[in-house]
Amino acid sequence: MSGYLPSLLGGMLIGVAVAMLMLLNGRIAGISGIAAGLLRRPDRRMAEDLAFVGGLLLGPLGFLLAFGAWPLVRIEGSLPVLALAGILVGFGSRLGSGCTSGHGVAGLARLSPRSIAAVLVFLATAILTVSLMRSFGS
Amino acid sequence: MSLARIAAALAAGSMFGFGLALSGMLDPARVRGFLDVFGAWDPSLAFVLAGAVAVASIGTWIRRRLTRPAFDRDFHLPRQTRIDSRLVTGAAIFGVGWGMAGLCPGPALTSLTLGLPPTVLFVLAMLAGMLAHDRLPRRSSS
Repeated sequence: MSGYLPSLLGGMLIGVAVAMLMLLNGRIAGISGIAAGLLRRPDRRMAEDLAFVGGLLLGPLGFLLAFGAWPLVRIEGSLPVLALAGILVGFGSRLGSGCTSGHGVAGLARLSPRSIAAVLVFLATAILTVSLMRSFGS
Repeated sequence: MSLARIAAALAAGSMFGFGLALSGMLDPARVRGFLDVFGAWDPSLAFVLAGAVAVASIGTWIRRRLTRPAFDRDFHLPRQTRIDSRLVTGAAIFGVGWGMAGLCPGPALTSLTLGLPPTVLFVLAMLAGMLAHDRLPRRSSS
């Protein structure tokens, strides 16, 4: 599955999910916030947060049922690079109050100035990082 | 009431996860191709963001016409409005990690279903990074 149409349709489904969580439960579908919430001690939101993450995990199974193959996942980079990247993604998304879902989709959809700023900044540093890594051959 | 919330979250999560799988966002090589603007740029993933924001904007439009969500008393929107150094620094750090691995939190969690050890390592490191932020004493921010 590659190309523009599946990307557009997949993105639209993500938009439906974000709208659903807001209109039904009144919550922003920010995945870093939901994941970090699960790391704290149990509270009244735990069950629905677990259900949301459980739903995420069902996504690839739905893809397998629909298309007869797992979605393509090509992971580049050594394990130390991935571990460092994971720490930066986790720490940065908490410090910046969101990631590609909370700021990138939900935030842009309500034209939040903070989210617009966050998206511009993380796109810039991500593009710079990929360019630098390519020029240094990794 | 609570069961309805759980069902709504499960449905939204499934839709989100399937959308990520369909869109190509689970493939870190493709994400890095999208970010490689100055190299062999693959712009197709811009359509994920465009499609998601367009549909979610309809959600925003509907929300503004409702007094409350179906299963809660209020809409829970962020109160913070200032673009401060925490936001900018956090987003910058996040972007470096996203560029290095081609993985952000949603796709990383979603692709755990495939059981690939590098993804599991990334998610564990990501959770450690979140814990480090949330548990370490916070210095005053500007």
